[in-house]
Formats: sequence, C-alpha cells, structure tokens
Amino acid sequence: MFTSLNLKALFLSIIILIFGLGVWELATPAVKSAGELTEYEKLVGAADQKARVPPPSAIIVRAWEELSNPIYDNGPNDKGIGIQIGYSLFRVLSGYFMAALIAIPVGFLIGMSPLAYKAFDPFIQVLRPISPLAWMPLALFIIKDSQASAIFVIFICSIWPMLINTAFGVAGVRKDWVNVARTHELDSLRTALIVILPAAAPTILTGMRISIGIAWLVIVAAEMLVGGTGIGYYVWNEWNNLDLTSVIFSILVIGVVGMLLDAAFAWVQRSVQYQE
Amino acid sequence: MTDKPFLEVDSLTKRYPSPDGGAPLTVFEDINFDIDKGEFVCIIGHSGCGKSTIMNVLSGLDSPTSGGVTMDGKELSGPSLDRGVVFQNYSLLPWLSALKNVIFGVKARYPEWSKEKVREHSYHYLELVGLVNGAEHRKPSQLSGGMRQRVSIARAFAIQPKLLLLDEPFGALDALTRGTIQDELIRIWSGSDQTVFMITHDVDEAILLADRVLLMTNGPFAQVAESVAIDIPRPRSRADIIHHDGYYKIRNHLVEFLAKRSKDLARGSDASEETNNGPQKPKVVRPALNTPSSSETESIVPPNLMKIKG
Ligand SMILES: Nc1ncnc2c1ncn2[C@@H]1O[C@H](COP(=O)(O)OP(=O)(O)O)[C@@H](O)[C@H]1O
Ligand SMILES: [Mg+2]
Repeated sequence: MFTSLNLKALFLSIIILIFGLGVWELATPAVKSAGELTEYEKLVGAADQKARVPPPSAIIVRAWEELSNPIYDNGPNDKGIGIQIGYSLFRVLSGYFMAALIAIPVGFLIGMSPLAYKAFDPFIQVLRPISPLAWMPLALFIIKDSQASAIFVIFICSIWPMLINTAFGVAGVRKDWVNVARTHELDSLRTALIVILPAAAPTILTGMRISIGIAWLVIVAAEMLVGGTGIGYYVWNEWNNLDLTSVIFSILVIGVVGMLLDAAFAWVQRSVQYQE
Repeated sequence: MTDKPFLEVDSLTKRYPSPDGGAPLTVFEDINFDIDKGEFVCIIGHSGCGKSTIMNVLSGLDSPTSGGVTMDGKELSGPSLDRGVVFQNYSLLPWLSALKNVIFGVKARYPEWSKEKVREHSYHYLELVGLVNGAEHRKPSQLSGGMRQRVSIARAFAIQPKLLLLDEPFGALDALTRGTIQDELIRIWSGSDQTVFMITHDVDEAILLADRVLLMTNGPFAQVAESVAIDIPRPRSRADIIHHDGYYKIRNHLVEFLAKRSKDLARGSDASEETNNGPQKPKVVRPALNTPSSSETESIVPPNLMKIKG
C-alpha cells in the first residue's frame, strides 16, 4: 500500500519535473544567430545572449561541467563549486556548533529553573526577531575580520531556536520521570544526563534542525555581503559576470545542500525519538 | 511489643494551602500506624481520601505538614533507594527497553557492580515476572499495560529495598491480567522478607495479598480507622481462599466499611470534637476469628458489588 503510494508519488514527481522543464525550455527559445535577427531584435538587445534566462538544457550542460571538476582554484574569481560549498559549510558548521555549545547548556539551566525561565524570557524575545544580518556592521566593527563576522552572524541566528527549544523541552519533561530519578537517588548531574536529556532530546533536536535550516539561509546572504569565498559570493560573482546559467546552477546547488543538511538532522532526530 | 516496629508513622498531617487564601485543605490529620518487617500491608479508602499522599510521604517525594515517619529507627527525609516505588502509571522511561529500565534501577542501587553482574541481576528479576524471551528488549510503548507493570515491579524488587511501596499498581489492568500479576507478586514476595505497603481499591486483592488491611475514612480530615487482620493461612490462592471460613467475614467487614462507615466516621471539615491525647493507633479488628453473631457479618455481598471505586 505504502510502496504503491510512494511509487505513484515518484511517478507524478517525474512528470511534474519533465513538464516544468519542458515549459521552461520552450519559453526560452534557442538564440538565433546574429544574421537571422531582425533590426528590432538587435535594437532591444536580443543579441546579448547573456541577457536571456537560459534554458534548462544549458544548465544541465553547465552542471555537468562544474560537477565533473568541482575542486580547482584559479584565483579569487574562479574556484570550483566544491571549494565554494566547502567554505560555506565550514562557516555554517563552525558558527552553528559554537551556538549549540552555548545554547544547549544555557537552555538546560533555563528549562530546569522556572525563575531563570521567566528572567531570561524578555531578553530572548527581544533578541530573537532581529534579522541576523543586522548584526553584521556591529560584528565587522568589533571583530574586524569579515570571515569571523560571517561566522558570528551564523552563530547569532542559530542560537535562538536551539536555546528556546532546549529550555522548552527540559521544562516539559514529565514529572513522573523526574520522580523516578529522585526515588533512585540520582544526583542533579546524573538526572540531567540520563533522564532529562533523553526525555528532552526530540524537542532539542527539533530546535537544532530549525537552526541549521536558518543558518543555511543566512550564509548565502552573509557571503554576498562579505565576499571573497563561499557559495553566496559565487552567486553574486556570477551575477556580476552576467552568467545566468551559473547563477541558476548555484541556486540549485544551494537547495540540494540545504536539503542534505536537513536530511542529516532529520536522521539524528529520528534516532532520539521515543514513543510514550 | 518490646522493640520498636520496623516502620512507624507518627501523627502524620498533610494540609494544602487553599488557593484563594481561605482555610487550608486538611487532607488527613494525626495519622498513626506501624508496619512490621516482612509484613504485607494494604490500605483501602475512597478516591481522594489521601492514600497517594501518604504513599508520597513514605517514598520521600512529598513531605508532611507535621508528623514524621521512622524506618529502622531512622527518621525519613527525602527519597531513598531503601524504598522502592511502583507507580500506578508504571513510570518507565519510554526511551529505554524493558531490560534497560531494570538495569537503570540496579545501576543506581549498586554502582560498584560490574556491567555483567548488573545485567544478570536485572535479567533475573525480569525472569521472575515472566518477561523474557524477547520481550525484555522491547520499549515500553511496545508492551501491554500488564507487561509494563511487570517491568515496573521487577525494577522495584531488583533494587532490593527495605520497603516496597505500590500505589494502585493494578488499577489500570483488566481482571485476568491483574490476577496473573497478583499471583506473581505474591510468589516473589513469599520468597523474600520484603516489607510491602500497597494502595488498592480492590477488596479481593487486599484479602488475597495482605497480612493486614488499613481502612481509611473519607477526607478531608481522613483517619486510619481500623487495622483489619487477614487471618487466612498462606500460601493463598484465589481459587481456595473463597472457601476459607473467614473469607466472607473479612470481605463483608471491608465492603461494609467502604460502603457505609467510611462516610459515617468521616469528620468532615469542622475541627476535632474529640481531643486527641497521644498517638492513637487504629483499632485492630480480626473479623475471621469472630463468631458470626451479628446478622451483618452473615449477609453475603454478591460478587458484582465487590469492587469499590478507587
Ligand atoms: N498539590 C495539591 N494541592 C492541593 N490539593 C491536593 C494536591 N494534591 C492532592 N490534593 C488533594 O489531596 C486529597 C488526597 O489526594 P490523594 O492522596 O491523591 O488521594 P487518593 O490517592 O486517596 O485518591 C485530594 O482531595 C486532592 O484533591
Ligand atoms: Mg491515588
């Protein structure tokens, strides 16, 4: 039953893909050679191939070129897509794990104490809705290093969902389970590690998954701003080159990498899930 | 009695402040009773009279407003591994398998033991409740209610506490499962010198299991009115005890208390009319040893009225 549903869905997905690509291909007619252009077409700039949205076939060809040689470095304006993704992932993961290192223990303390929960709440509520990029000037001024500032922006945007979810998950652990820890004379550290942590783990992982999603959204914008390396810079650079084929290709790469990151966290989340 | 009893509950009182600042709610006041080592004591009373509150005080999860509990000569304060608890809702950790739930308790109890010894010991207790052959590796969500309660009982017995506390452990189970687990409980208990204090709302369960049944009047200001001795020889089986001469005398006494006297004896919300001087232990009653003189003890209650809502 499930497999047949999955099969049907896969079949439908492929049809949608072919249909979408087909419409796109037809809507972007192949560029005529200069001799075939009318006077009017020349006037409105149709001769400029780069000004057109490229058809999917061109993007597939470009993807093949880029992916068959992803790791090369010919200076600041010509690096392989693999290297650019590597830079972005490095920034995202280092900012993200620094945030986790702070958000999870602090969230734990906040969740364990109703007083701390109430006391920290107004600060979290004010800081959380700030767009992470709004921190960029301040970060650049204080840190004075654009790479570190990009990492800081990732740090600041991933900290809130993890902090809030950890506190929420810890505060919501069933009293029965805490009582089991108490009747077994577990000290606070053991109670935290072997009862509260596994009990709150699904909620904490939800927060971590939201955070990694946001971090990946933000890195593209941050790299467009600070420049130099990374997939965000790559998109911007190709736009400046008016190479729309590469722009569309890198947009797709951003989507695929984001999906893989999310899938990895979904897998971890499933492994700590339990049923009451 | 020459020496002090194993467990002594002394002038226990529990009050909750009223939420609107009025008079506090006195759940029970000045409760006194003893339990001897190796004794199996049940407590029966209507829902809300404060049975779980007494149990939470004994387990150390709650503290009384006044009064105290002494066990083995020591005043109780806070939870301890000397007292094992089986909660009505099993309270297993859902992310651990049945075996790991028992191991959790054993590890806490015997931190110096080797991994193999902890595992062996835990497995042994799961075997005692008949939960092996694959079921030990399942998570609580994959076990039936009866199986979960078996794991919970195994966990409590495995830590070999001085006092085992059970709060309506079979309340949520169907009659057949309840019967089987009662048999298992009595079998494990007979092979040990375990002292057990158990809340129940099932009169037949109390007669089958207990040496003594404490009867609690309705709250607020609940009292332990009587201590009813179950003078039926062991080993007992559900099929045989109903043929014992004393069975219906005890049973009628308990049912009559729950149906009628628990209400009549309740003091209600107005403060004490009788002034207590010194601890008042509940009156000891031995219905099975009395000659049937009053008509009340002779009337047999039909089985379908036997269970009292808890
Ligand atoms: N935290 C609490 N605050 C106020 N009243 C409570 C609280 N816990 C229990 N009670 C009251 O104490 C009484 C006894 O409760 P409980 O011990 O659970 O009864 P039982 O187990 O006999 O059914 C009930 O009337 C209940 O409403
Ligand atoms: Mg209760």
